[in-house]
Amino acid sequence: MRITVASGKGGTGKTTVAVNLALSLSDRQPISFVDCDVEEPNAHIFLNPKIVDRQPVEKLLPRVDAQLCTRCGACSKACQFGAIAVLGETVLVYDELCHGCGLCSMVCPEDAIREIPHELGVVESGTARGFSFAQGILNVGEAMATPIIHQLKRRIDTSGTVILDAPPGTGCPTIAAVSGSDLALLVTEPTPFGLHDLKAAVGVARALEVPAAVVINRDGIGDDRVEQYCHAEEIPILLKIPFDRAIASQYAVGEPIVDGNPSWRQRFRELYGQIEEVRR
Amino acid sequence: MKSILFLSGKGGTGKTSLAGAFAVLAKDKVLSDCDVDAANLHLLLDPEVHAEGDYEGSSAAIKDDERCTACGLCRDVCRFSAIGDTLHIDANLCEGCGACEYVCPVDAIRLVPRVSGHWMTGETRLGPLASAELEPGEETSGKLVMHVKQKAQGLAEAYGLERTIIDGAPGIGCPVIASATGVDAVILVTEPSLSGLHDLERILGVVEHFGIPAFLVVNKADLSADLTEKARAFAAEKNLPLLGEIPFDPAMTEAMVEGRSIVEGGTGPACDAIQAIFARFEQATSGASAPT
Repeated sequence: MRITVASGKGGTGKTTVAVNLALSLSDRQPISFVDCDVEEPNAHIFLNPKIVDRQPVEKLLPRVDAQLCTRCGACSKACQFGAIAVLGETVLVYDELCHGCGLCSMVCPEDAIREIPHELGVVESGTARGFSFAQGILNVGEAMATPIIHQLKRRIDTSGTVILDAPPGTGCPTIAAVSGSDLALLVTEPTPFGLHDLKAAVGVARALEVPAAVVINRDGIGDDRVEQYCHAEEIPILLKIPFDRAIASQYAVGEPIVDGNPSWRQRFRELYGQIEEVRR
Repeated sequence: MKSILFLSGKGGTGKTSLAGAFAVLAKDKVLSDCDVDAANLHLLLDPEVHAEGDYEGSSAAIKDDERCTACGLCRDVCRFSAIGDTLHIDANLCEGCGACEYVCPVDAIRLVPRVSGHWMTGETRLGPLASAELEPGEETSGKLVMHVKQKAQGLAEAYGLERTIIDGAPGIGCPVIASATGVDAVILVTEPSLSGLHDLERILGVVEHFGIPAFLVVNKADLSADLTEKARAFAAEKNLPLLGEIPFDPAMTEAMVEGRSIVEGGTGPACDAIQAIFARFEQATSGASAPT
């Protein structure tokens, strides 16, 4: 089973839910934890993984040989991303706009374009607290997170229960993380912002045909419109985590809720039981 | 300071609440929501929509199976794994580059525009607003962000306004970089947690990479005295001016539930702290903006 913990809004508690779920199950079943929030990976703060393997993720960037180039403009005309342009006697490549598709080098009649690898970030794997751990890290200043997420997903150890911590939002990095999951566990908070972004996240899950269930975090702040929405849409609410300064303090210093707290461990186990129910 | 962008790296630190408060406190400004994945500013501003439309920022490849001879060239050139062994094109993976269309020997593939989001411009009690929302499951949030920025620029010209207050997205990737291009100042909003500080360091790296002046606000500062102290030390080390600290205050959520900014008719510690932060920002940047 592959569970992806996602949310539209950032900072709702995705990492908290993913980490505590993994820790509550790891003494009963094999777990593979994957932090797909490659822009801001945070699970390592709570899990202190031992990284044993690190691989760069690259995209290919075009480089134009000025001697061979006739400035015909075929590359610029073909590029769908506006990443290559002929300006007078020079050809400019906008590396940050380039998707690395290779079309410019294919269409060049003079074979003047070659491609060079450029590092976007890394994927790392190892172990944490007795289970398999992997994460991706986007290099600061790079725009494209999705190639790292795809690479990460190709390397997932699927022998056990896979728990993915997704990036916030509804765009391509979120889609890359959620697609192919058995369940999208959507974490929200009971506020107007939380509700608005939950609806967007449900839209993503539905577009990808992944069943959705909800965890309400910081229960007690805000209002009850998230619950009303979930009931109307028949989306099960599987867990509510109250707003509690003690939990917030534990989170602040990178301490999982379930550590030294058997009752929370039990609640996260029950959450998993309910996830299995939803899947049936 | 003409355009002020709110960023945080980590989500949920209070970017939108602070941007909304600046929208109340600053005069003569356009408002712009560049968090197109999860646009929330309009929930505080309740705009009267004047113009709206679909945004076609990208293309998708579609294949005519009648013509297809199953030669597999398209699958071989696709670098996004969007075409598998069945030669079906997976719209979720297709980036619309057109390589498959180019190599297809029987012209069975063509690129068609896809609607990736919806933009709107309108008027609010606090000034004109440009905003957009990404279609769930669509790509190109960066391009949609650029589109919102153009719309905001258009509003600024139409209304003769100098300033733009921009709410940004979490993360450090494509939509964040698109929103940061060309802005005059970035206000980074963090919270006193290891995650918040870790993400602050990365987003500051992005902002420095683009050479944009940055300022720091620590929200929910009383939730951890130790980590707020760390945030102060980090700011001092990086020469990042600390505009102030906002205590955790349930009045923030109450205001949000009521669809207003905390500084609109609000009182209490968070409201006071934000007013002081705004005053400090104005003071810190008053020498930097050209007189008009």
